[in-house]
Amino acid sequence: MIKELKLKPQYVTLFITLSIFTVLFGISSVKFDGFFSMNVIMNLFIDNAFLLVTALGMTFVLIIGGIDLSVGAVIALVCMLSANLLSKNISPFIVIPLVIIVAGLIGLAHGLFIHYMKLEPFIVTLAGMYFARGLTYIINGDTIIIDNPFYTKVSQITVPFFGDSFINVNVIVAFLMLGISIYIAHYTKFGRNVYAVGGNEQSAKMMGLPVARTKIMVYALSGIYSGIAGIVFSFYMLSGYGLHANGVEMDAIASAVIGGTLLTGGVGMMAGTLFGVMIYGIIQTIIMFDGTLSSWWTKIALGALLCIFIVIQRLLVVKKK
Amino acid sequence: MNIKKITESRIFLPLVILGIIIAFNVIFNKNFFNITIKDGHFFGSLIDVLNRSTYLMLLAIGLTLVIATGGGGIDISVGAIVAISGAVSAALFAESETPSMGIGVVIIIALLVSMIFGAWNGFLVAKIGVQPVVATLILMVAGRGIAQLITDGQILYIKYPTFFLLGSSGYVLGLPLSIYIAGSVFLLTMIILKKTALGLFIESIGCNSTSSKIAGINVNKIKFFTYVFSGLCAGIAGLLIASNVKSADANNAGLFMELDAILAVVIGGTSMKGGRFYLPGSIIGALTIQCLTTTMYSVGVSPYVMTFVKSLVIVGIFFIQSEEIRKIIQNKRSKKNKNISNKIIVKEEIA
Repeated sequence: MIKELKLKPQYVTLFITLSIFTVLFGISSVKFDGFFSMNVIMNLFIDNAFLLVTALGMTFVLIIGGIDLSVGAVIALVCMLSANLLSKNISPFIVIPLVIIVAGLIGLAHGLFIHYMKLEPFIVTLAGMYFARGLTYIINGDTIIIDNPFYTKVSQITVPFFGDSFINVNVIVAFLMLGISIYIAHYTKFGRNVYAVGGNEQSAKMMGLPVARTKIMVYALSGIYSGIAGIVFSFYMLSGYGLHANGVEMDAIASAVIGGTLLTGGVGMMAGTLFGVMIYGIIQTIIMFDGTLSSWWTKIALGALLCIFIVIQRLLVVKKK
Repeated sequence: MNIKKITESRIFLPLVILGIIIAFNVIFNKNFFNITIKDGHFFGSLIDVLNRSTYLMLLAIGLTLVIATGGGGIDISVGAIVAISGAVSAALFAESETPSMGIGVVIIIALLVSMIFGAWNGFLVAKIGVQPVVATLILMVAGRGIAQLITDGQILYIKYPTFFLLGSSGYVLGLPLSIYIAGSVFLLTMIILKKTALGLFIESIGCNSTSSKIAGINVNKIKFFTYVFSGLCAGIAGLLIASNVKSADANNAGLFMELDAILAVVIGGTSMKGGRFYLPGSIIGALTIQCLTTTMYSVGVSPYVMTFVKSLVIVGIFFIQSEEIRKIIQNKRSKKNKNISNKIIVKEEIA
């Protein structure tokens, strides 16, 4: 009878996500002085620009019904590799494309292994995660500072935005990637193939869609996104270190799921992932503003939130059936 | 016994890999086999490998059953549960030499907590139907946060001497107590699996969960049980580790151990696809991994670089075990045979 109840599952979760964000932001604005400002929101994007890029790549992988546990390790590898190459006075304009290609190749290898050897995605990407972390430590076991003039300059550029708040290059890159992702997912043949394969691989194959190519390309794409996220992260941290971005894979999966991507594949929206990242950012900001809570509460809160959203998803899917 | 039978037996691959590592030590690391007797206890690299491999053995026992239930069954939270179990025991001992709580109570509480976290994984997987990777990934990351919450972000030191008996100072017949603990867990598990129908049920679910359900097996209950059991095994391992290093470090206890445990199970001949499992193989697998780790350390490789080496080992094992690769090789071989037989026919015709 009531038309609103017939919303698609991803819109229901997205609606819940937006409500949670508004409630959290509202309560915090009352509780903490200076919370209700554009600066807080812009800082949230500055701190999590790399997460948004990673989560967008993860959304593609989740839509196809796979998973990529290597993203955090690839970010660490990209930071370390660029720090190492830059310290040898190699131009950033060579280093940046090079490390993105390396990250893309790792993703491509995942795709080839998963498709042609019929292995579970998680075990392949888990091996990839240890491969990338180990490689990072082989390059250097310590922290390397990036003091390349181009990197330090780019990291300091600020663009005024809406009153006295400002954004930086990382945020611009992240939103550019968001635009590209929306275009790929919803306006290209490849994007439609991704949804089709994720919805039902068997019928996608019978329809004559290029299942193998789509699956392998999605993992390669996730690798490239992690590579770009790694560049963004190296602008943010200006260093390379083996334990950089530890546990980011869960943050990325959580952001996608909170944003309405179904873990069973076939359903998901790039714009939803943006809101997932914003929820993560607001939890982080609240914990920072509170001051008495330790930083590991972020992980626990996100884990709890992820659990709740997964349960909601299951209930919605069961109801639909 | 013909060679094919030997090479196809499930214990063949793990034993060959173990043999290669031991052979490497025979050539490059002669001290490896020195065993001395001090104060009536055995000392030496081999005993050390055996002692340290007990943690991995315990994790591998639990993980074997989880993987055997199939459907992508996996528990990547074992490392975090190791940290939680250690943190709980250290927090209860409260850095005191004469803690108010008895050692028995502390062990029971730590194991119960581990089982509750295992049950949480089991609940998400069996009742809610979440993919096992994602369900246990939540605990893998959030679990370390919980462990840090318990230790208040500090490294807690344990000063209670009786607790050290578990993993470092306890000896029976000259061998460390931890070996007996892991051994008895293994034997008990084997007895339960072989003497009751449980082992059969687990294999049946792993092979085909739908038909098992139709046959009247309570699939969800057994899946749930395997996750609780995996949590328990990880909890025991956590206590042994905390006792061995005399402290609880929420950040580093059990770090990267989940891949080692998966590696041990896979080397041991249990398929990642579920179904047939082989517990003694997992024990040999754990021993192999620890042997590899100790050997690498003695050559001077850092623990973080080890993760790189292990990821290559796991890829190599995938190649060996992959049916797809086997098919490709077999096709080539049969083509070759055909070519040869064709040539023979041609030759005969010419003659």
